[in-house]
Amino acid sequence: MAIRRILIANRGEIAVRIIRSCRALGIETVVAASEADRDSLPTRLADRTVCIGPGPARDSYLRATTIVQAALGVGADAIHPGYGFLSERPELASLCEQQQLIFIGPAAAQLAAVGDKLRAREFAIAAGVATVPGGQIDSTAAALTLARQIGTPLLVKAAAGGGGRGMQRVERLEDLPAALELAAAEAGAAFGDPRVYLERFVTTGRHIEVQVLGDGQGQVIHLGERDCSVQRRYQKLIEETPAPGLTAALRGQLHAAAVAFAQRLAYRGAGTVEFLVDTERQACYFLEMNARIQVEHPVTEAVTGIDLVAEQIAIAAGAGLRLRQNEVQLHGCAIECRVNAEDAERDFAPCPGRIDTATWPAAPGLRVDTHIESGSPVPPYYDSLLGKIIAHAADRATARQSLARAIDATRITGITTNLRFLATVLRDAQFATGGVDTGFLQRFLASGRPPAESAAHG
Amino acid sequence: MSLTAKDVAEITRLLENSAFDELCLESDGWKLTLRRGGASVSETAAPPSATAAPVLASPVSTAGAASGPAAAAGANGAHPVTAPMLGTFYRAPKPGAPPFVEAGSAVEPDSIVGIIEVMKLMNTVRAGASGTVLEIIAQDGALVEYGEILLRLARAA
Repeated sequence: MAIRRILIANRGEIAVRIIRSCRALGIETVVAASEADRDSLPTRLADRTVCIGPGPARDSYLRATTIVQAALGVGADAIHPGYGFLSERPELASLCEQQQLIFIGPAAAQLAAVGDKLRAREFAIAAGVATVPGGQIDSTAAALTLARQIGTPLLVKAAAGGGGRGMQRVERLEDLPAALELAAAEAGAAFGDPRVYLERFVTTGRHIEVQVLGDGQGQVIHLGERDCSVQRRYQKLIEETPAPGLTAALRGQLHAAAVAFAQRLAYRGAGTVEFLVDTERQACYFLEMNARIQVEHPVTEAVTGIDLVAEQIAIAAGAGLRLRQNEVQLHGCAIECRVNAEDAERDFAPCPGRIDTATWPAAPGLRVDTHIESGSPVPPYYDSLLGKIIAHAADRATARQSLARAIDATRITGITTNLRFLATVLRDAQFATGGVDTGFLQRFLASGRPPAESAAHG
Repeated sequence: MSLTAKDVAEITRLLENSAFDELCLESDGWKLTLRRGGASVSETAAPPSATAAPVLASPVSTAGAASGPAAAAGANGAHPVTAPMLGTFYRAPKPGAPPFVEAGSAVEPDSIVGIIEVMKLMNTVRAGASGTVLEIIAQDGALVEYGEILLRLARAA
């Protein structure tokens, strides 16, 4: 079925990003905006805007019935959920299925399957994909038995979890019963589902994910991997492709595991399979699948030349996969960094307010995805992402230097941003070498980073 | 095309002489929103009952936008009843039934003036003030946005 009009159930840079692809495809866009976003860049770029509710997300962007009603009311054929908000909630996908609206994403049942971390683990095991040693817990006694097999340190994780919530780290077995109770209570409060499971805590590892596209009939291709190890409290800051320093064998193993997992689900649309990679042991373990377009998708687009949003729309419209695996070519290196309204000096506290002036960089090989202009408000209700700067070059060193210079050339006044912090991380010797693990940023912060003024040498 | 101060003054005059409270104009790269009886009144010799707010040059603050329709209770005592949510607006409890209110109907704060359907769920809209219905603005069966003006009341003294 042809898609002629898409309701975008999101805001910020990703709403702008989706509008751009729709325009190129000749598809009309309607932005569902909260009152706080009524005059935002997406609303000016879209063909139409409907106001879906007040600023707080629970009263607007998180209301599945309102979103579906808005789509029906404006005569949209499809809903693009972007990332976050309702993108991975089976509720919106199944409402769309009931109302004969196209949900640009996987089937509701697939969202439910990967949203439950325990079920996702079972799918991985069934697909022959290695998982971090661990498993479901039915009682404290069983948990202790399992914990003794796995060894410490351990993580207690919520089955319905994500983003670090409902997660407890356990160093000593005697602390396990208390941690189980705490994690279950936190998970119950945050997700309405107190089920928890155990996993070995891998202290040094890299976070590498593989982009996949599936047609929903069992055909799956991958578009290479992304290394997202530069993160703080599970919040990614810098992402790149290809992952530096992987052997061809390990890289191939990652790609094959991601495809096997998605095939097992007969996955539909664009998705990402996340792995924890232990480079010393040359091993990778399945972590979870993100069933949506991701913030860091532009690095993949840069090296493949593929418009992922356009592919999402094509798959949703029933066109299937328009590329075979051997038609996916990877060229060069791409690095992205996330410009956030947060204060690195004050433990990365979010800094909402109003942007005074915003000057984004422009140069060959650079891409900027943003909704922020001079005068834009940064409402306190949403995440602090202001934009993403992506540099693409033939080799990693060139991409990294070009990105660092692009950050230097970016000026955002009126609120505090992490721009200077990003510039110092990009020029760090370890980051420049490449292949850092997920503990890198924490060590970088603990070591007392060099003064930002020294960032001028590049 | 770009707007000059003279254009804005001209458009403001058009709005002033019209029955509308809000005017939005949009073209390539710019958008102009004019609102009658808004929260702030320009201190220059601008028309007293209208505020011009060219959005690109100086964006309407979100607080201003939030209170915009609700704050539009003008000096003449007209009280707008706005949509508490996005949905389909119905003037009557069921098709064919008489509408909840007509122009001239007397209402109390908790009088039902319409319903908004969101996915088969009917939500009642109440007058919120006592007075007389001046005019009904939203079309029966139309999609209304959050904050959109549904009808206007003349407040009881």
